[in-house]
Amino acid sequence: MSEIESKVKAIIVDKLGVDEAEVKSEASFTNDLGADSLDTVELIMEFEKEFGISIPDDKAETIQTVQDAINYIQENAK
Amino acid sequence: MELKRVVVTGLGAVTPVGNSPEETWQNLVAGKSGAAPITQFDTTNFKTKFACEVKNLNVCDYLDRKEVRKMDRYTQLAMISAIQGVKDSGLDLETVDKSRIGVVYGVGIGGIHTFQEEVVYYGQHIEAGPKFNPFFIPKMISDIAAGQISIHFGFHGPNYATTSACASSTHAVADAFNLIRLGKADVIVSGGAESAICATGVGGFNAMKALSTRNDDPEHASRPFSASRDGFIMAEGAGCLVLEELEHAKARGAKIYAEIAGEGMSADAYHITASHPEGLGAKLVMNAALEDAGMSVNDIDYINVHGTSTHVGDISEAKAIKDVFGEQAFKLNISSTKSMTGHLLGAAGAVEAMACVMAVKNDIVPPTINHEEGDEDPEIDYNLNFTFNKAQKREVRAALSNTFGFGGHNACIIVKKYAE
Repeated sequence: MSEIESKVKAIIVDKLGVDEAEVKSEASFTNDLGADSLDTVELIMEFEKEFGISIPDDKAETIQTVQDAINYIQENAK
Repeated sequence: MELKRVVVTGLGAVTPVGNSPEETWQNLVAGKSGAAPITQFDTTNFKTKFACEVKNLNVCDYLDRKEVRKMDRYTQLAMISAIQGVKDSGLDLETVDKSRIGVVYGVGIGGIHTFQEEVVYYGQHIEAGPKFNPFFIPKMISDIAAGQISIHFGFHGPNYATTSACASSTHAVADAFNLIRLGKADVIVSGGAESAICATGVGGFNAMKALSTRNDDPEHASRPFSASRDGFIMAEGAGCLVLEELEHAKARGAKIYAEIAGEGMSADAYHITASHPEGLGAKLVMNAALEDAGMSVNDIDYINVHGTSTHVGDISEAKAIKDVFGEQAFKLNISSTKSMTGHLLGAAGAVEAMACVMAVKNDIVPPTINHEEGDEDPEIDYNLNFTFNKAQKREVRAALSNTFGFGGHNACIIVKKYAE
């Protein structure tokens, strides 16, 4: 597991209160991990803080699964 | 329209002297102080370094970790008190009509921990632009405890917060009483919560010179009605009283702790923080409660005073009691449980109403601790029985609880023994 992947998963486990085993790459935040609209906004914010990036709202809307987040951060992290 | 009778059928409490109503009551009767050095933040540069914190509480014993994270500490304490109170009431949540159950919770400040955290982060990262957490507002607002309690239980009846600083949760209990009397609900989970032991909370009250600075002796700092008192001791906690329409309670065979006899509300209309020197609003509120209850001064055996251990407040309240109660003022017992719990701010009214319920039920008056001989204030009449230092066993037919809040808000409720 890459460093980005493990950090992303740790944030999801912490913020959504789910087991690590549930945080599969294809898992959707809302459909599989029980996140509501505020939870997803919070996740995006935590990714921004952790990786020192800024995720514009239109991009944030496309990040719906664990893998979406990892991909976006890998492409955009400094 | 005939008003319905309202009884107390459940209690919950998380206080600096106990994490349940029983433990809290036992420690109040034993005269135990809840004050100690502050553990929740670094007090190095603060004038006051102690408070009455809730101790040894594992929030996750009551709430799911995921829920906890979305609640300010004040809401966590409110939730725990309500969970205890509803359980104690024995309400069958499977069969009861939840559209007839409401929640009214008093909160003086709200989520000040959350507010501080978010604003400090913003201040330290202004160049990055606003990065506020989406839960900032829903965690901070003072009505969210009532909302969270309704969500937890699925109670669809009247639901809101009352805010009147240190009188907040007396207003909550009074509103709950009135809603049930008027037939608007069968049961109201009423109470209050506060948690402001953080840099902004303590620093803010310090700036007003409202807090005791007796840092070398926290346990003896809260000394209402003693000459050497030097301010109140900030406390955190929550209290819950499940109020229920009498026939509803009887129909399900509920245990009944006591009856709510009446409520009073008034304003000093004098100053934003200082109480009226002659206790004008305090007199008005006690008279209003007695009238509402249809009781005479001779029916009251115990007054749980606001008695915060501040200079002006204690004097004016003692004067007001003498003016309202006349001869009876010298026959009844008076005590300030804040001498032990500290000042619970928005939770004070609920916890003190609970103390009145227990006093009426058990015929015991909890003490005002920390008074020493020779520490008499010439402006206070010590022929009044302040129940100094030791609980007193006596018949308590009815008890009156006073709370006064910044802004000049006064609220009072009267609790009496339940009889058919």
